[in-house]
Amino acid sequence: MSTTYDIAIGSEGPALEVRDLSVFYGETKAVDSVSLSVPERGVVALIGPSGCGKTTLLRCFNRMNDLIKAARVDGAVEFGGVDLYDASVDPVEVRRRIGMVFQKPNPFPKSIYDNVAFGPRINGFQGDLDALVEESLRQAALWDEVSDRLGDSAYALSGGQQQRLCIARTLAVKPQIVLMDEPASALDPIATQRIEELIYELKKQYTIVIVTHNMQQAARISDYTAFLYMGKLIEYGPTDAIFTNPREERTEAYVTGRFG
Amino acid sequence: MAPDLTYKRSRNVPEQVIGGVLFLCAAASTLVTLGVVAVLLRETIAFFGEVTVVEFVTGTRWEPMFQEKHFGVLPLLAGSVQVAACAAVIALPVGLLTAIFLSEYAGPRVQGILKPLLEILAGIPTVVYGYFALTFVTPLLRTVFPSTDVFNAASASVVVGIMIIPTVASLSEDALRAVPQALREGAYGLGATKLEVSTRVVVPAALSGIIASFILAISRAIGETMAVVIAAGNLPNLTLNPLESIQTMTAYIVQASLGDTPQGTIVYRTLFAVGMTLFLITLAMNILSQWVLARFREEYQ
Ligand SMILES: Nc1ncnc2c1ncn2[C@@H]1O[C@H](COP(=O)(O)OP(=O)(O)OP(=O)(O)O)[C@@H](O)[C@H]1O
Ligand SMILES: [Mg+2]
Repeated sequence: MSTTYDIAIGSEGPALEVRDLSVFYGETKAVDSVSLSVPERGVVALIGPSGCGKTTLLRCFNRMNDLIKAARVDGAVEFGGVDLYDASVDPVEVRRRIGMVFQKPNPFPKSIYDNVAFGPRINGFQGDLDALVEESLRQAALWDEVSDRLGDSAYALSGGQQQRLCIARTLAVKPQIVLMDEPASALDPIATQRIEELIYELKKQYTIVIVTHNMQQAARISDYTAFLYMGKLIEYGPTDAIFTNPREERTEAYVTGRFG
Repeated sequence: MAPDLTYKRSRNVPEQVIGGVLFLCAAASTLVTLGVVAVLLRETIAFFGEVTVVEFVTGTRWEPMFQEKHFGVLPLLAGSVQVAACAAVIALPVGLLTAIFLSEYAGPRVQGILKPLLEILAGIPTVVYGYFALTFVTPLLRTVFPSTDVFNAASASVVVGIMIIPTVASLSEDALRAVPQALREGAYGLGATKLEVSTRVVVPAALSGIIASFILAISRAIGETMAVVIAAGNLPNLTLNPLESIQTMTAYIVQASLGDTPQGTIVYRTLFAVGMTLFLITLAMNILSQWVLARFREEYQ
């Protein structure tokens, strides 16, 4: 049993169209026949209790699960009309267009500048790298704090700054979609607020899919919310509706904090 | 009634005995080290009573057993450095690439074959390497370069290089494996290929461990004895030509110890002066590798 509302899809079509997607780790099914469409330039939040498959689902959207040997994916994720799981698709090309920010900040042990420049460099960027680094750091609301010490090690930054650096690093590749897996869960409330403000700015330009454990956060920043439970998509629709007037019993129980 | 919290003899005595035994064992190795250094020092000081440090360090002829004696250590030092350098040219790239392959590319099956093979390579007695050099590598060299001496530096370098590959490979592999998976995923998430992840993220992140493995391997090459005694010759020879016969510091020590060198003679004391030089070089390299590890250790979060 699941409920999906009409999702307003603009004239460009959905950013991602997920069709009947299942993921197995060996014998266990972690994601069970999920279908949903992610609209262009909006924020979709994935919520659900721990272990329900949020990370697993998110990692399907840029073929990150390829890196886990035991994982097997069934179904389709369409991006611009192409199934990401088609045999002809190169996961490297996918990840250049669909970027990812991880739960724990994971800057490279390099300078701040080199962290941001990493993606453009490996992608053969030809233009003005300094300008691109500055632009990306500004977009990630980090520029003012680091502009005078771009050569310092990224490890000299605080956790919140590191996470914004990781966001800048992802934006520097100019992806169309940004996937975020609990990007603020390792951060204090102030750093979390900065990340939320940032997501608010970014959604004007990017499509964002974000996993979060924090109900208020999901309610504040997302346009659409998907509630997953034991690998199944229980309810997916406008965030307002999911939080104020869910149609499914289990969704209501979860968003009101009665379980999870 | 108050609880009995006093020491119990039955438990306390064995504790103290075991503590004492452990202390003695630890003290023994320290004492042995100190003793070795003391003996080395005493004879070295006696040696420098007869030969000036300047002659020893700058002299270009090593002829302690001739009628007219020369005590320039440079030919021996050059021999050791030459063998170690050529061995490093072989072992560092091969060892590092092996480590990258094992840590980043090989699946469990390939690892299950390759790693025991490396251990076997590390377990072959060095005297076997020496004969391998003499009976296989040298004839091969002589067919390519007919002017090659029967005993030559190149042949010894090749086998010493092979000998230290496992050191480089296994220590570097440990360093590469210690790089957190999160860094690899971060790079993959930016559209990096496996090669880019390995060379631009994992190797730089593990650099301190890799360099330490290089230094330790080179230090082993300098101290290597059996293979160079057998394959490189016993001719103190200040040359850059690897196809010529040379003598390394270790080979000289073997040669001089084999003859019955009477105690207290100058030749006897050269043993200690050369031994001291060797000791200082390897000590310095070990300290250097420790320093590199500590100084450039990547603090992964
Ligand atoms: N690498 C893996 N190998 C095997 N099973 C896995 C692996 N990763 C996740 N799982 C299993 O898949 C299920 C879904 O895990 P997933 O990490 O997607 O959950 P999640 O919703 O992100 O949880 P959390 O909120 O705790 O992060 C869990 O039962 C988990 O044990
Ligand atoms: Mg998760």
